Amino acid sequence: MLIISNLNASIDGKSILKGISLEVKAGEVHAIMGPNGSGKSTLAAVLAGREFAQVTEGTVTYMGRNLLEMPAEDRAREGIFLGFQYPIEIPGVSMVNFMKTAVNEHRKYKGLEPLSASDFLKLMRDKKELVEIDSKLANRSVNEGFSGGEKKKNEIFQMAMLEPRLAILDETDSGLDIDALRIVANGVNKLKKPDNSTIVITHYQRLLDYIVPDVVHVLYDGRIVRTAGKELALELEAKGYDWIRKEVNNS
Amino acid sequence: MSTQEERSGRYLDFYRDNIERISENSSPYINSFRQNAIEEFKKLGIPTRKNESYRYTNLDTFFGHPYSSYFMPSEPDFVKAEEFRCDVTDLDAHGVVLINGFYPTITGKLRELPGGIWIGSLSEASRKFSGMIEQHYGRYVNGNSDGLVHLNTALASDGVFLWIPEGVSLGKPIQIVNLVNSDQDIFNQHRNLIIAEKNSDITLIICDHTLSPQKFLTNAVTEIHVGENAHFNIIRVQNEHNNAAKITHTFIHQERNSVATSNNITLHGGLVRNSTHHYLGGVGAECNSFGLYLSDKFQHVDNYVNVDHAFPSCKSNQLFKGVLDDMATGAFNGRIYVHPDAQGTMAYQKNSSILLTDDAKMDTKPQLEIYADDVKCSHGATVGQLDENALFYLRSRGIDKRQARLMLMFGFAHEVLQNINVEALRERMDNLVMQRLKGELSRCASCMVKCV
Repeated sequence: MLIISNLNASIDGKSILKGISLEVKAGEVHAIMGPNGSGKSTLAAVLAGREFAQVTEGTVTYMGRNLLEMPAEDRAREGIFLGFQYPIEIPGVSMVNFMKTAVNEHRKYKGLEPLSASDFLKLMRDKKELVEIDSKLANRSVNEGFSGGEKKKNEIFQMAMLEPRLAILDETDSGLDIDALRIVANGVNKLKKPDNSTIVITHYQRLLDYIVPDVVHVLYDGRIVRTAGKELALELEAKGYDWIRKEVNNS
Repeated sequence: MSTQEERSGRYLDFYRDNIERISENSSPYINSFRQNAIEEFKKLGIPTRKNESYRYTNLDTFFGHPYSSYFMPSEPDFVKAEEFRCDVTDLDAHGVVLINGFYPTITGKLRELPGGIWIGSLSEASRKFSGMIEQHYGRYVNGNSDGLVHLNTALASDGVFLWIPEGVSLGKPIQIVNLVNSDQDIFNQHRNLIIAEKNSDITLIICDHTLSPQKFLTNAVTEIHVGENAHFNIIRVQNEHNNAAKITHTFIHQERNSVATSNNITLHGGLVRNSTHHYLGGVGAECNSFGLYLSDKFQHVDNYVNVDHAFPSCKSNQLFKGVLDDMATGAFNGRIYVHPDAQGTMAYQKNSSILLTDDAKMDTKPQLEIYADDVKCSHGATVGQLDENALFYLRSRGIDKRQARLMLMFGFAHEVLQNINVEALRERMDNLVMQRLKGELSRCASCMVKCV
């Protein structure tokens, strides 16, 4: 589904990603872990089409197409979803209007008619239940005045509405208490289908108790320094990132 | 460019040549203000950019132009006014129409609405309700140092009179439509007087339209008295062509525990200057002053707000927002004056503008003068572009750039529109603003003039 090959990217001339290669197959869950500043969020931003990072080398192929040539909105319509680490507040734009526009843009891209008002509201209702989001939130402006937990739940709600093929969740667990974490993780698990894939970016192993990865990568200083099964996450939790740091610096 | 004396001189001549004709149509009480007002105007002149409250607005192109003198419109104009239908079809309101600042005569000059409310021609009311006029006329503009207010007092002979008696609340809003229509370039003035007595509750909508493409200059003064515990709402929708200048001066005088809300929505117009003066003249009074301006090409929109906290425990809130495109320019000047005895004052002010091009320009200036110590005051101003983070957030959900920009601009504007308390009008405004932002509304939706 996604093949990243020797990806290099920089921000304001400073090299952040230094040759990342990885492949995510349909149906897989990958976890990307790593200390602060290792390039995790930059990788997510490059995949979603954020323009502040410049790709200097390498390729990204998504569903057989050159992802880096596609504008952000087309990536979304092709099924890529980025769950933001810090969801943006947009005063004056209602959640309903936001989601209606987004869903219908996706439909238009696929050559489908826009949803009728009643079908759309039914879809909203179903998905709200699925991700256990307070229905009042949907009547407010996008993320405006939402608590940290509500914002993250709202990301999962949007994911439920858009049904992505590849979801990239950037530190979805940060700032969540244990109950909110469980709700968010349950939402992600419920949305899991045999052929869609997930990339979970996180600092901590905690989220991976709920969303069990097939593959764990450790990102350090812009490179993937280790790839293994889910047991790697537990090992990191026990030994900390210093262990990786020492190993990398020694070699 | 003409000198200050030449510019004012044109209007002094105008006064001298026409004062007899003007006075004929007015009551002696209204006429008694004219001589003094023209003297004041002679002293103050037409404001220039040296005048602090007109610092960002150049009146020369409109005031330096020779207009044909114009008084009572003729019969065919009145017919046109009668035929005018408001574009907001769902709006259920009691409506009156002013043409070139005059109240049409066809259907009677004063009429009574449910609850004993009277609406109609100011010049007619000055005879029928002389007591009421003598109690209020000229009182709320008193002490103003704007030459244009004095020019209006000297020259205006008609406008709308509205009287809402004590305790009356009207379920429906009242709508005043100001039409300007002529085959010549004209300068027109009108004067409105609105008296909302104790415990009354009313919403007034004022719509400004132009019906022919000539160059127009309107200088309008509205005096409003809001009695104790009354609720008063005024919504002004401005949609004139690029060759028209609209200068409005609104004076809202509030008694204790009253609440007054003003909302100026400027969709279109060549030069627009709205000065809104709120006088909180009793304990516990509260006012809101809102505004939205959307401008492009060479349009200029200037909002001046003055809030006078003259009594303790009053509350005021100002929110003005705008989107400026092309070479459009704008100004906001919000003054809050807290008198020494006005303890427990709460006064807030916010002005935000989005500039869509490098050539658009916005000047914004808060002006706070606080002479009491127990005061909560805040002010903030931003001028900038659309939020890149928000834009990316929308795009990352599959919404294309153009649509995402529109949604952000609309959301930005909606913060002002949501304060419109008449649902049909609010929906229509949402709609018009969306069209305007899409570039589909380059002129007033209901305008019959196919001007650029």
